[in-house]
Amino acid sequence: MSSFFSYLITGISLGSIYALIALGYTMVYGIAKMLNFAHGDVIMIGGYIVFTAVSTLGWSSGLGIFGAIFCGILGCLLLGVLVEKVAYKPLRNAPSLAVLITAIGVSYLLQNIALLIFGSNPKNFSSVVMFDGFSIGKVRISGETVVTIAVSVLIMIGLTLFVNHTKSGMAMLAVSEDKGAAQLMGVNVNRTISLTFAIGSALAGVASILLCSTYPLLSPYTGAMPGIKAFTAAVFGGIGSIPGAMIGGVILGVIESLSKAYISSQFSDAIVFGVLIIVLLVKPTGIMGKKLNEKV
Amino acid sequence: MLKVEDLQVYYGMINAIKGVSFEVNEGEVVALIGANGAGKTTILHTVTGLVAAKSGHVYLEGRDLCKLPAHKIVYLGMAHVPEGRRIFQQLTVYDNLRLGAFSLKDKAKIESNINYVFKHFPRLLERKNQIAGTLSGGEQQMLAMGRALMSNPKIILMDEPSMGLSPLLVAEIFKIISEVSKDGTTVLLVEQNAKKALSIADRAYVLETGKIVMEGKASDLLNDPRIKAAYLGE
Repeated sequence: MSSFFSYLITGISLGSIYALIALGYTMVYGIAKMLNFAHGDVIMIGGYIVFTAVSTLGWSSGLGIFGAIFCGILGCLLLGVLVEKVAYKPLRNAPSLAVLITAIGVSYLLQNIALLIFGSNPKNFSSVVMFDGFSIGKVRISGETVVTIAVSVLIMIGLTLFVNHTKSGMAMLAVSEDKGAAQLMGVNVNRTISLTFAIGSALAGVASILLCSTYPLLSPYTGAMPGIKAFTAAVFGGIGSIPGAMIGGVILGVIESLSKAYISSQFSDAIVFGVLIIVLLVKPTGIMGKKLNEKV
Repeated sequence: MLKVEDLQVYYGMINAIKGVSFEVNEGEVVALIGANGAGKTTILHTVTGLVAAKSGHVYLEGRDLCKLPAHKIVYLGMAHVPEGRRIFQQLTVYDNLRLGAFSLKDKAKIESNINYVFKHFPRLLERKNQIAGTLSGGEQQMLAMGRALMSNPKIILMDEPSMGLSPLLVAEIFKIISEVSKDGTTVLLVEQNAKKALSIADRAYVLETGKIVMEGKASDLLNDPRIKAAYLGE
């Protein structure tokens, strides 16, 4: 029984990371109506920024760690906004397939930049979590797990409040529904899209630090699999829906962790994607997917 | 107040608006009438910047709007109730109204505008917390109008406010348009329902395939035999 709880908590922690990444996918999809497949690679870049700060520059204690975390998040944020400006904005009125292919191109570009600078050998990321964790009975909970879950819960509460109770958040909701009508209200669509990329990428930055602290091997392909899983989580929860991404991420993480523990570690990914297929067969819009009950 | 000069609009190769000029003076209700596809909606979209003009000018109180992005227009005091209402279906009635006041900063002003809207549209007050997509067609039209009024416009453009509504609701909507006009807001009304539009307008322009073919006082147009034959079904 105690091992079950320990797998469950590992799953929730992993799922929280998926949820943070999934938020970036789902918010960008909701507002710019595009799938930003470079999102996973932003995570990898964030990991390398923090790795460079901590291991190469030696910011490994006290304030240095906070500096490294700050640089990692800021770096992801700027990268996300830059990618949007350079690669996606010129394609605002292009067919969605062109945007999708561009996103895949950006994804490879980022991977190759990392490959060029850091080489293909995985780096050993040293955890930025300074807290040892604790035990409840026989269940050992690591510091990384505690911090991951706590940070994710805080971010999700903060993001929900931001979207529903601030002017910029309302602007995001308006743009996601009708760009033209939002403009008539005085909403600057381009700025709202930039803001969405900034928030999504900053969340990817947070996710990268949590992910690399928990799973410390960092390579140019580190972002790819979590990126795909988080995308799955976003679809699972209902793409475009913020609570959907949160719930989808956590459920996915738990399914993955439990199937690794009880069924087969090799099959766990197949099981995760299998569940996605079943959910989509039953409810094509995902768990929290928006169903439109329009009246004419 | 609003002056449109020699406006030309193209959709690809198609010349949708062929040199239209008209003007709306302060305090007036001006109707733009015409059949389906005459270009009425295109003109409104060009005026508020959602569609770019090929040539020509749109002046609001002397300021050329053609160079401005659409989201700046509302700050100059012009609101647009778009065709098909285009309310934010997934947000509540109240949030839709708050978005209507996006261009305002003063909280007290926003509050008084909300009260103004609820006074004219008591139905919206009853459904304040309801998701807008679940409202009836008439209520959605009221919400679209209320949302536009939230920005304190000097001039309001309304695109087919009577579309798809029952005669009773059409009468109610037109009554509210008259009230809004009496409160000092200038109105540019685009309508297929020529009879109703002409009955509340001061002046009107008749649009046919991208050109203005007639203009004059609304009461004169109502009695014009050509208008009667083509638009009033008499």
